[in-house]
Amino acid sequence: MKSLIREFTKGITVLNPTFGLILGLCPTLAVSTSLFNAIGMGVAATFVLVFSNLIISALRNFIPARIRLPSYIVIIATFVTVCELGIKAYLPGLSKSLGIFIPLIVVNCIIMARAEAFASRNRILPSIFDGLGMGVGFTLGISIIAFIRELLGSGSIAGIGLLKSNEFILVMILAPGALLTMGLLIALSRLLGITKR
Amino acid sequence: MSNNLLVSASPHLHKKESVKRIMWLVTLSLVPSGLAGIFIFGLGALWIMALAVAASVITEFALQAVTRRKITVLDGSAVLTGLLLAYNLPADVPFWLPIAGAAFSIAIGKQVFGGLGQNIFNPALVGRVFLMASWPKYMTTFVKPMSYDAVTSATPLAALTEGKVLGNISYLDLFLGNRPGCIGEVCILALLIGAAFLLLRKYISWHIPFSYIFTTGLLSYIFGAKTLFGGDWLSHILSGGLILGAFFMATDYVTSPLTYKGQLVFGIGCGIITVVIRLWGGYPEGVSYAILIMNAATPMIDRYTRPIIYGS
Repeated sequence: MKSLIREFTKGITVLNPTFGLILGLCPTLAVSTSLFNAIGMGVAATFVLVFSNLIISALRNFIPARIRLPSYIVIIATFVTVCELGIKAYLPGLSKSLGIFIPLIVVNCIIMARAEAFASRNRILPSIFDGLGMGVGFTLGISIIAFIRELLGSGSIAGIGLLKSNEFILVMILAPGALLTMGLLIALSRLLGITKR
Repeated sequence: MSNNLLVSASPHLHKKESVKRIMWLVTLSLVPSGLAGIFIFGLGALWIMALAVAASVITEFALQAVTRRKITVLDGSAVLTGLLLAYNLPADVPFWLPIAGAAFSIAIGKQVFGGLGQNIFNPALVGRVFLMASWPKYMTTFVKPMSYDAVTSATPLAALTEGKVLGNISYLDLFLGNRPGCIGEVCILALLIGAAFLLLRKYISWHIPFSYIFTTGLLSYIFGAKTLFGGDWLSHILSGGLILGAFFMATDYVTSPLTYKGQLVFGIGCGIITVVIRLWGGYPEGVSYAILIMNAATPMIDRYTRPIIYGS
């Protein structure tokens, strides 16, 4: 049980995909303009991570090593499609604002990295916890970035405006703001010892 | 300057020069242009300069105190950054704009990289580009000169970009600064006085400013009009921030190449990018972006223009 908890927490702290491994940057930079989008993206990626880790771990002894990557992609793409159609059906607003970035979860490095580095070598239960931890870590990372960018760039939190003014720092919701916020947060997480150099 | 950095065989002679002295002398060389800016745009310009300088000094002090590094606010580099940033602002911006820009210049443009000598980009221009991207409304509203009330007007460069002829502004007006623009960029005469001082005292070499201005003039002469070789090159040189940028910002020691050959490449590159942005880009002015892009290319220029070491 203790090792399961460790598999879960490492994705949030030392191996945090956003601040520690620095993986999956395209959605992190592109979608973190608002907290709502970021949480949606994080939950979608977590869903795919958990289920792809589960299936890949269960099939790890049946997939021949030479075709393992195509096999992973087929498995991941299946869950991404499930996720995409689900969001389209039940959360059309989120689907519209995330757009192409939901199907692009298929090529998200975090999911491929965990399939290759963890799920293909470990038993099912640790793989689920690993996927869950990585997913929560990713969701937290992208949400923190989105919180800061949305607050400074458009003066609101999850779409709820705080001030009736339009003097906000426009650059924060543009591309440079994403890179600036992310770089400073990586520095901070290393300073605090959450992730390692 | 670059030949001062060459280490030759001994004996060495000790010179009085130091980073601190050079920074304060460059600041001094900017004073005529600041006075001209106050004369042209009124006392508001003085306030903006004071706020920008104070904010950058305080930011530098606070960050060095928090990170427990040596406090170097008296070396003049923070004052210079704040002053240059203020020179790049229109005269009637709200009071918090120079403060935000100067704090960003020092924090993100300089101290994040480890302080003076470590920064990749010119800090004052980092601050200007940050303000331009964040509050374009304030950064592109210019007051008319000598009116002392907020009558806004398009800059000559914006008119040039739209292909209009500068009917009511003569070359003399452009030279003396009787045109809308940023505080420190309008009076070419005052800028040239400061630049001449720096050139004569050999604090800057002619390579970057002259290759930059020459390239800009040549390319705007060739491509500046509907037919080739008919552009109004003199207006392109005299308007916008070219003179301020070429003499005082592109020549920043930290972010420009070390060798003369590299400096020529740097200046020509700045000129090409400036003209491309002015004539075909989305912004009317491209000097700050041109210098920043070439700042990024400086390590590469230095690598390919390294002098041959005989005997190695």
